[in-house]
Parts: sequence; C-alpha cells; structure tokens
Amino acid sequence: MATTTLRPQLGTYGSTRSWVYEWLTTTDHKKIGVLYITTAFLAFLIGGVMALGVRTELAVPGLQFVDASLYNQLFSLHAITMIFLFVMPMWTGLANYIVPLMLGAADMAFPRINALSYWMIPAGAALILGSFAFGGAPIGWYMYAPLSATDPAKGVDMLLMGLVLLGTSSILGAINFIATIFKMRAPGLTLMRMPLFVWNTLVTSVLLLFSLPVVTSGIAMLFIDRNYGGGFFDPALGGNPVLWQHIFWFFGHPEVYILILPAFGVVSEIVPVFSRKPLFGYRAFVLATASIGALGFSVWAHHMFVTGAVYLPFFAFFTFLIAVPTGIKFFNWLATMWGGQLRFDTPMLYAMGFISLFLIGGLDGAFLAVVPFDFMVNDTYWVVSHIHYVLVAGSVFAIFAALYYWFPKMTGTKLDERLGKVQFWILFIGTNLAFFPQHLLGLDGMIRRVADYASNAGWTELNFLSTIGAFLIGVSTLPFLWNVFVTLRGPRDAADDPWDANTLEWATTSPPPTYNFDALPPVRSERPLFDLKHGAVAAHATALPAASGQTHGELREDAAEERLGKPVEGDRDESGEPRGVAPGVSAEAPDATPVAGRSEPDMAEALRQDAEKPSKPGEPT
Amino acid sequence: MTAHGAVVAPHQEEGPTAAGHGTQGIDTALLGMLLFIGSEIMFFAGLFAAYFNVRASSPEWPPPGIDFIQPLPLPAIVTGILVLSSVTMQLAVWRIRADDRRGLVRALLISLALGVVFLFLQVYDYYVLLTDDDFGIDSGVYGSLFYTLTGFHGAHVFGGVVGISVILLRSLQGQFSARHHIAVEAVSAYWHFVDVVWIALFITIYLLK
Repeated sequence: MATTTLRPQLGTYGSTRSWVYEWLTTTDHKKIGVLYITTAFLAFLIGGVMALGVRTELAVPGLQFVDASLYNQLFSLHAITMIFLFVMPMWTGLANYIVPLMLGAADMAFPRINALSYWMIPAGAALILGSFAFGGAPIGWYMYAPLSATDPAKGVDMLLMGLVLLGTSSILGAINFIATIFKMRAPGLTLMRMPLFVWNTLVTSVLLLFSLPVVTSGIAMLFIDRNYGGGFFDPALGGNPVLWQHIFWFFGHPEVYILILPAFGVVSEIVPVFSRKPLFGYRAFVLATASIGALGFSVWAHHMFVTGAVYLPFFAFFTFLIAVPTGIKFFNWLATMWGGQLRFDTPMLYAMGFISLFLIGGLDGAFLAVVPFDFMVNDTYWVVSHIHYVLVAGSVFAIFAALYYWFPKMTGTKLDERLGKVQFWILFIGTNLAFFPQHLLGLDGMIRRVADYASNAGWTELNFLSTIGAFLIGVSTLPFLWNVFVTLRGPRDAADDPWDANTLEWATTSPPPTYNFDALPPVRSERPLFDLKHGAVAAHATALPAASGQTHGELREDAAEERLGKPVEGDRDESGEPRGVAPGVSAEAPDATPVAGRSEPDMAEALRQDAEKPSKPGEPT
Repeated sequence: MTAHGAVVAPHQEEGPTAAGHGTQGIDTALLGMLLFIGSEIMFFAGLFAAYFNVRASSPEWPPPGIDFIQPLPLPAIVTGILVLSSVTMQLAVWRIRADDRRGLVRALLISLALGVVFLFLQVYDYYVLLTDDDFGIDSGVYGSLFYTLTGFHGAHVFGGVVGISVILLRSLQGQFSARHHIAVEAVSAYWHFVDVVWIALFITIYLLK
C-alpha cells in the first residue's frame, strides 16, 4: 500500500494485468497526466544539469570546465530541453490531469489520441537528447539560418526530427483540449463559469494549434536545405535567411505565451483559494487572457528589430500593448489578495513568488520593446536575464505552485509544508542571485552564447554570483525530490478538499476514481464547490459583491436549498445511467471505504447517497 | 413537475447551460477534424509565406530559365480532376445522409479513383520535370519551393486517399447509415481542404506570374 501510486481500490476494476502493462497502455487522462508530469520533471533535471555546466564554465574567466564546442551544445540543448521537454509537457500533463476534472468530465474528448500525444514525447526526447552522440546541435534554441542550414553535425537533423515529433504531439494535444473544453463541460458549466486554469489552457491550445504548424513547415524547409540541396535560406540559391527568423518567431512568440499562460491560470486558481475571496474581475481576466493570445500573433518581429527587415513602430506598439492585459491580471491578483484572509501555504508562497518575480521579468521585457534600447542590449545577458525571469521565476514557480496545490488530488496525500517552504526560499534566493546580476552584465555589454569573457572586463564577480545562484536553484530540487519520496511512502490521508477550494476537481475523491465523478454538484457560478459548501451562509452575506452580472452572485436566492448531489439536468445519460459512473460499476463502488484519518465530511459519500434517493439507475425517468 | 419527470424539472428554468457532455451541437470527432484542418491550414500558410517572401525579395520571378512551369495542359487537367473528386465526395456525404449506402459506395469509389489518378499524374509531372527539364528540388530556391509546396500537398492527397479507402471499406461492410456516418463527414471535410489547398497552389504557382 505504501509504495503504490494509487490506492489499490482505485485501480481499473477487474483488471488482472500487471501495473507496467496498465501504465504503458493507459488512456486514462489522469495516468497520462502523471506520465507527462514525471517525464517533464526528468527533463527538468537533465536540462538543469546542462545549465549548471554552462554556469560552471562561466564562473570565472578562461576555459576550465568545457571547451567552446561543448559549451555551444550545452546552452542550445539546455534551452530546447527546458522549453520543449520540460515546461510544455509539464503544462500539458497538469492540464491533462486537472482540466477534465475541473469540467466534470470523465476523460478527455479523444483518450487514445491523448495517449499517442504522450508517447511522442519520449520518442522526441530520445532524438533530441540522443543528438549529443552525433555531434550535438550547437545552433541555439531558435536555430537561425544560415548556421542551422549549414552545420554539418547529424545531431542537428535529429534535433529537427525530434522537434517535429514534439510539435505534432502538442498539436494533437491542443485539438484534444479544445474539443474537451467545448464538448465535455458539466451541465451548467458555461464558458463564463469555467475555472481560469481551463480558460488559460483553452487559449494556450489555440496558440499551439495555429503557431506550431508554422514552425513545422519551417523545420521541413530547413531539413530540405540541409539534406536535399534546397535553397530556402541560402542567398546563393536565391533564398533568404531572414525568412527563417520570420517563420520561427511567428511560432516563437506565441510559444512564450504557451509557456506562461497556464502559469497565469494556476496562479488565478491558487490566489483566490488562499485569500478566501472570489477572484477579482473574472470577466476582465478572461478577456485579458484572450487578448494576450490574440496579440501574441502580432508581435513576432520584435525579436528581429536588429535585422532591419521589419517595420519597427508597428511591432514596438503592439509589444507595449501586451503590457495592458498583463497589467490587468496583476491588478486582479493584487485586488483578490487585498482584504482577504491570506494563508501562506506552499502553493500560495509560490504563487506570490511568481507575482513578484514575474513582474521583474515583465518590466525588463517592456524595456526591450523600446527599439533603441533593444538595439543596445540585443544578444546580451539582459535578454538572458529577461527570459529566465519570465520562465524560471514565471513558469517554474507556477509549476511548483501547481504541483504543491494538486499533489493531494493526484496522490491522496499532501506534500510536507516545512520542506516545501525550505525549497521555496532556496529557489527564490537562487533565482534572484542567478538572474539579477545578468541585467547588469547585459547593460555592461556582455554578449550571450560565448563560452568565455575577458578577466579585465569587470564581469568576474557578477558571473560568480550568478553561478552560485544557479547552483542554489539546482540544490532546491533536492528538498522537493525528498519531499515527494517521503510523502509517497507515508499514509494517504489527505482530505478530498484539503485546501477548502472552489472548483470541481475537489468534489471527487483524492485521488479520483477511474471514472472521476459519481455525480456532479450543480454548477451555478465559477465556484461550484464553494457554493456547495458555503452557499447557505453566502446567501445571507449581503456584503459580497453580488451585483447583477457577477457570476458568483447568481446563486444567492436558491443557495439554501441546494444540496450536494441533487440531481441536475443531464446528470443521467439516455439510458438512465448516472453520468460519471463507469458501466458495470455498482453504486457501491469499492472506493466508498472510508480512508483512515479523513477529517472532513466525505463529499463523495454524501453525493452518492443523495444521488440514489430520487430514482435508481435504469428506472424509466 | 413536468411530464419529463422529477429528474430534469427542478433546474429547467435555469439560465443557459453548457452543451453538456457532448450531447448537443457539433459532433466531437468532427470538431476534432475541423481543428486539425485548422492546424493544417497554418502549416500550408507557412509554406505559402515562404513562397511570397522569396518571391518579393527576388529581382525576377520566376527566376530566369524557368519557362516550363505552365498551367497548360497537365496542371489544369489535374486541377479539374481534384475539383471533380471534391464534388463526388460531397455526393457521397449527401447519399449517406439520405441513407443510400449503394450511392455512398459508388461516390466513394469514384472519388478514390480520381484521387489516385491525381497522384499518378503528379508523379508523371515530376518525372517529366526531372528528366526533360532537369528541374529538381536543388535547382535553386524556385525548385525547392515548387517541390516542397506541391510535394507536401501530394502527401496530403495521399493521406486523403488512405482516408477514403478506410471509409470505403467500412461502407462496404455496411457500417454507415443516415444517423451514423461521422467518419464520412470528417474525411469529406479533409478532402475539401486538400482540394482548396490545390486551387490556391495552382493559382499561386501557375497563374500569378
């Protein structure tokens, strides 16, 4: 019991197959989610080791640790690994696990395509990481032509093939998420009642769907240039190297929102729960998310200011414009916390760390939108600092927030708070120590992607500080791994709703059964679980912002009568079977056994008892 | 309580509800296919963007010496073939919507034959260009663009031919009916998309000089 990942009674019913076979062939969105998350975390560790190699080399002037060729491979594959093998699969995995639960669905829309999407990740990872054995891929993560079109290493071709695989995986995943979100929502769960993590996953999926195929076409052209004598990016044959930059960044800029929008979603789930308030400005937040997605397609050339081939005022203007919806999100988070009863559990610490540090990343990004400033710091450590403030302090902090927040739902046990806080502070200090000095180095003119620097340039101290910070980030993964290890060996005694949260994923058991829900609570607002638990109290709380049009105000009149598990419209399918119950499973599902130590009311139990009252399954209705 | 019984009634007066669990609106599988076609459109948009970018930055277009890329006769013929196959594919959809399985099989057979003929003619066209005109994918950027654009389109036609073959086999087994034929609708949507891409390619490569 102690070493199984799921409680035995929650496995597949009647299955006699081994757990290895079960995990290799699963189409359950929760298991696929766990596979994604585990694979992604492994890639995080591998990419982290590459980063430490880079920082070790840069700690002091001179070439001591790696030679220039290996250095080029390390920083290139560090970026590729972190972006394509860590952050993207990690968000896909978290969304895989959580989004169907938040929607009250039993699974994704296309479960087998979901499994296919996952299994492309290890294949792509093998190609990309295997490129080390074939000369590496020392072309930077955005693979600029003509270098990428002429580098003779076979590793580059492996990298390109791996990226096409990962891209196809993400496109199929995006189709799956969009179809799930539009077709699988629980009755009453209108678009404007969807949790913000779902909204952000939706916008992210749209970005993936429309940006990844473009870079796939570019990679195909690059592959033809490299292997079949094509001339797309070769001026001697009539081609145009800047064309690659256009194609790449048309994908590359939506890509950075693909990496950060789910983080916005996670923070928007966590901040209201740990502030004991509804999210401030739900509608504004949804619109801000959608407009970031739309604007994301109109700013790609701000990565190409120095090419002289783009219309600067247009792209500078639209880049500044993106600061507006992002600013709205910041104000919404702060206003949500304002006057709330804040609890500083580890997920909230990470969310607040995200808000404070992502602000720095956002601001130094806004500097880069200023064209003359961009001319000055382009390709310096300012840019390195910016991307790491938004991706480490942004995405990584939000990923840890999400892991601490949903770990009890996925495993049935909470991660240790003390170790979590230790990890947070090491990571917080390490991140700032590693990346803040790089602002100064960039302003001082230190160029990125060079293995060495002059000892008399005055950059030694700042680089040494940065390296110490990088190692602190590396060290911070140790308390996390230890935390996961000891927690999984301990008792699975977390309540179904340990954080007193708002959204549907907490309305089922921890971890959820294969079929997710016995019955669904009625959905009358964007906080169905809050209504369920506190509806009667909230009905009398006139101080709540229940103005007309506010979604969380719509439940007040009838809230007192609402009971968990009252049959809702559409909770039975055509044959009269309750939805969410797998065929052939009796209402007395094995997971009804109370778990020792469960302190809060067992909602699934209450749900089931209530659901049975009106009519037995199979009776004509 | 209404005649529909106690289960539905209490919440019927509630505001707008979701299209719950895939029971209303567009079929989920068809939605998936349409989204996939959306991503395919962006894939070809990347290729077309490359074409127009290179064309705009070239002093002369088509490059000197390229006078054998002409719309007549073969490209115009294959365009007619593909458009005709789109018509027959739509006929197949209309036939099965009317529950006419024999009509479905007939229309699918014709569509499949036209798709295969298109592929053979494309291979023949490539053969002539490669041997008679010594024009390959490595013949400068124009050759790269020509073969990449038409080649990826041909690959998609091949994918469509496979799709039509699958639903043809399924319809021969009587798997489709007026109520249950979502695979036919999906393959038809994909086939129309492939057809539209060819029309855009034909105009771009052969007509816009």
